[in-house]
Amino acid sequence: MTAHLDLPIDRITISQHEVARYSRHLIMPEVGMDGQKRLKAASVLLIGAGGLGSPLALYLAAAGIGRMGLVDFDIVDFSNLQRQVIHGTPDVGRTKLESARDRLNAINPEVKVDLYSTRLTAANAIDICKPYDIVIDGTDNFPTRYLVNDVCVLLKKPNVYGSIFRFDGQASVFHPPHGPCYRCLYPEPPPPGEVPSCAEGGVLGILPGLIGCIQATEAVKLILGKGEPLIGRLILYDALAMSFREFKVRRNPKCPLCGDQPTIAQLIDYEQFCGMRGQEEPAAAATDGEATVEDLKRRLDRGEDLFILDVRNPEEIQICRIPGSTVLPLPELPQRFGELDKAREMIVHCKSGMRSQKAIAFLKQQGFTKLKNLKGGILAWADRVDPGMPKY
Amino acid sequence: MNVRLFARARELAGADTIEVNLPAGATVHDLRRRIGEEYPRLAALLERSALAVNDQFAEDAQMLPPGAEVALLPPVSGGQSA
Repeated sequence: MTAHLDLPIDRITISQHEVARYSRHLIMPEVGMDGQKRLKAASVLLIGAGGLGSPLALYLAAAGIGRMGLVDFDIVDFSNLQRQVIHGTPDVGRTKLESARDRLNAINPEVKVDLYSTRLTAANAIDICKPYDIVIDGTDNFPTRYLVNDVCVLLKKPNVYGSIFRFDGQASVFHPPHGPCYRCLYPEPPPPGEVPSCAEGGVLGILPGLIGCIQATEAVKLILGKGEPLIGRLILYDALAMSFREFKVRRNPKCPLCGDQPTIAQLIDYEQFCGMRGQEEPAAAATDGEATVEDLKRRLDRGEDLFILDVRNPEEIQICRIPGSTVLPLPELPQRFGELDKAREMIVHCKSGMRSQKAIAFLKQQGFTKLKNLKGGILAWADRVDPGMPKY
Repeated sequence: MNVRLFARARELAGADTIEVNLPAGATVHDLRRRIGEEYPRLAALLERSALAVNDQFAEDAQMLPPGAEVALLPPVSGGQSA
């Protein structure tokens, strides 16, 4: 079951400075001088310099990986600092790539850092991933996750997988034919909106630290060729229960990508595969059912009789609220919609407009007609009407 | 039969485990259908979730052995901040 990486080390040298730096590795038989040379000869690509990417990049740089590629297009935001520990408060507003590069150079200037300031797409994924020995998935969305999986299978590269949500994390190593790929576990993505992202659902800041460290450990083990790689096993971590569970996963012979008769031989349109594009269309078509925050403010100022329905969760209401709104969290709507008055015009809002759209779809089925979705949600209200309102 | 829930499934059901009544000789497919009937909140996620039997990912055609430990493992995203 070993998936040995071909890493020529005859031309790799370890300097006196490096011996001092890596001495705690060098004295272990599992690493030793040859292992440290393998680390230096190795190249890894991190998809995402965020929650999982932070511990991954920090520890892999400290461990002496020779070359590390980072793919990210995002800017450091205050809301990242709770978990993305590679970035600091002074980095807010910088690109994550530049912020990460500076930190990695400070930790270990021996590591060569390649920066890819782009979103990973079906058009660029092969070129970006090809030069690296291992790809590490630290992404936050299903289209990119399936893309990373598929490109790794097509290029026959190990994919070190990690994923987090609130207090739960998953990790595995996908490396067909030695074990399954992500599609063997989850042949198809969940319907859009069924599995909230960290931005929607929240995440314990420490969680990506732990899952990212599992991924970093697996990457180092693959490079050293030591231990039992997490191939064919999925680790589930529950921080609230503080428990780890392990599930065995076999390669699915019927997998469309890595199975015995694969039907996918090239990268596809992942946004469409994950139903993202189909989602945008009804939203665009529903413009006559929308209100802007400026409309809402104007009508409130005129003293119009408007019913503002806030479908966010109680924790979010504690952060900020549009004055005069009525709170009814989306999960409770199916049980409590009877409390609402069908005759009154209702402006429905959430944080950014997705959940309110779902609430409207549900209420329409129940016979409500006078509904408008507040475009951009309370975030747009904070941006354009009440700049003193805290944003989250 | 008790089904242990993880991640989003646990939240939607509001419980760590759910109980499902199944006749002897039922398959993973039967279990999946029954969970959807008895817990409609899980229905949409269920189709795209994995079911593990005795700590091993299971195919729909597989029979459920007596006293099997079953887990419902929905896909999880998240990692890099959106």
